[in-house]
Amino acid sequence: MKRWLFWGALGVLVLAYPLLTADSAVYQRLGALVLLAAIGASAWNIVGGYAGQVSVGHAIFFGFGAYASVVVYTHFEWPPIAGAPIGMLLSVLVAAVIGVPTLRLSGHYFSMATIAVGELVRVLSSTSDYIGGAQGLGGPAMPRSVFDLSFLSAAPFYYIFLAVLVLLLGLTWWIERGRMGFYLRAIKDSERAARSLGVSAGRYKLYAYMLSGAFASLAGSLYLCMFGFVDPESGFGILISVKMVVMAALGGAGQLFGPLVGALILVPLEELSNSYLGGQGAGLTFVVYGAIIVIIARFLPSGLLSLLDRRKVRRAD
Amino acid sequence: MSMTLVQVVVSGLLLGAVYALFSSGLTLIWGMMNVVNFAHGDFVMLGMYSAVMVWTALGGGPFAAVPIAAMMIATLGVASYFLLVRHIMKGPMLAQILGTFGLALFLRYAAFWTFGANFKTLPDTIVGGSFVLGGIRFEGSRVLAGVMGLAITLLLHLILTRTAIGSRMLAVSEDATAAQLMGIRPQRMQALAWAMAGAATGIAGALIANFFYTSPTVGETLAIVAFVTVSFGGFGSVLGALVAGLIIGVVESVSAYAIGPVYKDVVVYILFVLVLWFRPQGLMGKA
Repeated sequence: MKRWLFWGALGVLVLAYPLLTADSAVYQRLGALVLLAAIGASAWNIVGGYAGQVSVGHAIFFGFGAYASVVVYTHFEWPPIAGAPIGMLLSVLVAAVIGVPTLRLSGHYFSMATIAVGELVRVLSSTSDYIGGAQGLGGPAMPRSVFDLSFLSAAPFYYIFLAVLVLLLGLTWWIERGRMGFYLRAIKDSERAARSLGVSAGRYKLYAYMLSGAFASLAGSLYLCMFGFVDPESGFGILISVKMVVMAALGGAGQLFGPLVGALILVPLEELSNSYLGGQGAGLTFVVYGAIIVIIARFLPSGLLSLLDRRKVRRAD
Repeated sequence: MSMTLVQVVVSGLLLGAVYALFSSGLTLIWGMMNVVNFAHGDFVMLGMYSAVMVWTALGGGPFAAVPIAAMMIATLGVASYFLLVRHIMKGPMLAQILGTFGLALFLRYAAFWTFGANFKTLPDTIVGGSFVLGGIRFEGSRVLAGVMGLAITLLLHLILTRTAIGSRMLAVSEDATAAQLMGIRPQRMQALAWAMAGAATGIAGALIANFFYTSPTVGETLAIVAFVTVSFGGFGSVLGALVAGLIIGVVESVSAYAIGPVYKDVVVYILFVLVLWFRPQGLMGKA
């Protein structure tokens, strides 16, 4: 009973957040950004957290989503959001192409390979004039219809992102407790053991990678709808990939709410430091950001949510 | 072979020797304790700043800057080992990425905060200039960096394969418990590995500062080069890093000349992915 009350109250708070912060554009924007980052990191979590394949190249999919949205606007004059399904489809294909060779690699080698492929895509993207080269492309400056998703406040984006995140977490939850979830965890613990028990490890890793890529791409499309601009660095840059990893690992990789918890901490920290950048304290907040990450890795290597697990264990004793 | 192509290959080799030197620290740590140091590029960056500081503030030349940079980064390496890496190396791989990436951010923005975002360059007086030999033009600073890079990488390789200390380090990397039973202290050997890797990295930074702009974010670019060199050459092999560094240097410089500067990275990354596909353990790594 008490638990239901807690979750109910939390749900109402999440739904009412834009109304509570209606007079502060900064906080509304912050809410939307947290949700967007959580979508990206939760997408990464499917293959990086549950299956234990630490990809540091998910910016490839994020970039495909963002570019698909801006390209359908620039070249076909469609609303940017129409690029989202195209980006997701392309990302699934690209994930298959990248995944088949790289997923055979294990541990650090897979991570290194994804870094290399990610950088390859970034460099190539800056050489194509069709997608704006190194300058990048911009979306609609003035909305033509409501489908352009050009809003004055961040509140509509907040609700769109919330809906997508709920959908993604629902899907992840469903996978987690199904057959595929068991397979992925088995692969993470020991791929050899999983194979010997008849799990087609290669196939399930690839499924997880493709699904993860599709949602990372959706995050990219949503990013473009909100910001209306993408260039090789903000689409395919290695920092995009690293942020997904760091957020998920900070909250707890392989846990349903891990990436969301990570985003709740890192995004406000980053926004805070961005708003101070340019002043005398430039860089100092990122020093603190780095230090916090180091301290968490040092003392809570399984992420913040492992604190709750410890409590559960203690209660069970 | 035309003279221009020889020139291109020679400058590729000189660049490759420096790649090899600043990657050898990364490969040493990776091979020794299976930890990928995501802050490696920022170690190089701090080596560059140490050299610039010694050079401009204290008025010391390269003969003061190189050893001081080596000592500073070796100290930083040992400190990172005792305060952070020792604790995270037995944890999940993600904790290692998280920890060393946090360290990278910390160092990068500490440099940003201390030195500012502007580029710094060395006063071009001591190893500047260039000379022509056999129709090929050599730049003094690059020759110095290339030759020293080659020498120090080879020295590191010899220490690891030909000395008692090297054997002890190898023993710890293969089985720390068994090594301990043989009277070797694993933590001391691992700290020593961090000191050696740090010293090599510091020297590399001081040498690169001769011809590269020093800025707080330069580490990001350098780190990617180092990751590629190390995976290419093979996990833990200093000799592999040397060969891979030279290959990458030549491939970059030839493809920049033949296809265009934008595509030099593309060619290197494609080569890298192919190597990983056919030989996941890298050129000289153990399977």
